[in-house]
Amino acid sequence: MIEVKNLRKNYHSPKSGKYAGIGTKDNLEKGISLSVPKGEVFGVIGPDGAGKTTLFRILATLLLADSGEARLSKWNVVDDYKEIRKIIGYMPGRFSLYMDMSVEENLEFFATVFDTTIEENYEFIKDIYQQIEPFKKRRAGALSGGMKQKLALSCALIHQPEVLILDEPTTGVDPVSRKEFWDMLSKLKEGGMTILVSTAYMDEATRCDRIALMREGEFIAIDTPANIIADYKQTLWSVKGDNLSSMLADIRDFPQVQTSFAFGDEHHITVDQNLTKSELSNYLSDKGYANVSIDDITPTVEDCFLALTNEEN
Amino acid sequence: MEDNIIVKVSGLTKKFGNFTAVDNITFNVKEGEIFGFLGANGAGKTTAMQMLIGLNKQTSGEAFVAGYDIRHESEKIKKNIGYMSQRFSLYEDLKVWENIRLFAGIYGMKDKEIAEKTDQLLSRLDFEDERNTLVKSLPLGWKQKLAFSVAIFHSPKVVFLDEPTGGVDPATRRQFWEMIYQAAEDNITVFATTHYMDEAEYCDRVSIMVDGRIDALDTPTNLKAQFEAKDMDEVFRKLARKATRD
Repeated sequence: MIEVKNLRKNYHSPKSGKYAGIGTKDNLEKGISLSVPKGEVFGVIGPDGAGKTTLFRILATLLLADSGEARLSKWNVVDDYKEIRKIIGYMPGRFSLYMDMSVEENLEFFATVFDTTIEENYEFIKDIYQQIEPFKKRRAGALSGGMKQKLALSCALIHQPEVLILDEPTTGVDPVSRKEFWDMLSKLKEGGMTILVSTAYMDEATRCDRIALMREGEFIAIDTPANIIADYKQTLWSVKGDNLSSMLADIRDFPQVQTSFAFGDEHHITVDQNLTKSELSNYLSDKGYANVSIDDITPTVEDCFLALTNEEN
Repeated sequence: MEDNIIVKVSGLTKKFGNFTAVDNITFNVKEGEIFGFLGANGAGKTTAMQMLIGLNKQTSGEAFVAGYDIRHESEKIKKNIGYMSQRFSLYEDLKVWENIRLFAGIYGMKDKEIAEKTDQLLSRLDFEDERNTLVKSLPLGWKQKLAFSVAIFHSPKVVFLDEPTGGVDPATRRQFWEMIYQAAEDNITVFATTHYMDEAEYCDRVSIMVDGRIDALDTPTNLKAQFEAKDMDEVFRKLARKATRD
């Protein structure tokens, strides 16, 4: 459904000397490539500045690439942009709603743009729209974050698109509303929709069929979350105990520790293969830490991202 | 005011018409503490924070920040706090040193002190080569670190951080928290909002707002025990489920 081949877009400014864009960092010829079959939920995961929005804007026919090719269904993003706009629903990161118009007026506006009406598509958006319909006279600007997001999604869906392109729909949204949002996407997927979604929240990766980890304009991995986790090559331990914040510095001083990062109420550390847990445990007890426990753990997608970016450096 | 209480809030309330955004909240923050101020979107966090930093007037109740009364000493409060938001904190079209100079000047620091501390700061951050770089051409992670350093440059008593790590890559997010710990060790109280529940674990104490009220306030360890939850994410879900307003 979505085919991206050797795509490049360079914002490089000679003045600042800093890199920007997609597919421009290492392989100037290669660019970035991607293939998403129909009905897949595909997540592009990476921090701000990774190039997620640039990629999505090219696919949404709002930005021209320097080179390479992108197709949605049988249409090319450059030549057939008018056809593509009919089959995609695009939810940009910001400014997708008119804050001074009511909930209902926003939805009506987007319906009119696509030459349709709310009534014609009501069944299609019902599950999502019904949650905000009691507030349909309220100005969009006066909605809470979670409700704005539901309205923006309703607007992107009003013309029954084949492909949904969602650029960071959950940024700045609390954990409960984020989970609800992903539940809505799962339902749309069941209906056969292809969904391309970006996020900076690593924990959302597991809600996708496949993910691309993106950094500095490049994909550093593309696979199912399970395979990305299975490909993790380091020895990964969790360390718990009292006084975690000062423990982190002492763990870093230990020669056979490669990386150490705080993960909530524990530290995740990668270590040399020959290190045993009791060696580290003794070292930490000697340093005066109490209640230390060290365990083997399965990496999260965030661990994978940290390891992949660490390899690059 | 007790010696070691730096933010003292009692019965603070904000109404917009007949809508109560902040509903009679009472809590204290201790000096040098890292205080996590959590809540769902629309729970009232931003409004509460705005009242504390003098950007919004309370309807009723009172609060003291760094010993000053929010009702009539908001200018004194502004001199004694730092503030960093995710959206805006630095001027993109000014150079690194110009941003530092500007904010330090606004806080009334003397030129000599600014010059000395600028050198120290750039050396500590390993930023000496970027002194003359425009902020807009810095990578996001560097901007965040610089923004935080600028927010505490005048050695405020309390620094307010509004979602400081949104969208930042995982490694930088963690480096950022190490800077927060350092600030707390230097006796700067940290008052922070976040949507990352792992970051809630890094706070000394955490409050969770639901429908304008503070429904829970304790150390992460005690909150997890109280709500029989394996992590702060579960605590948050259990509490937020009680919300009735949107």
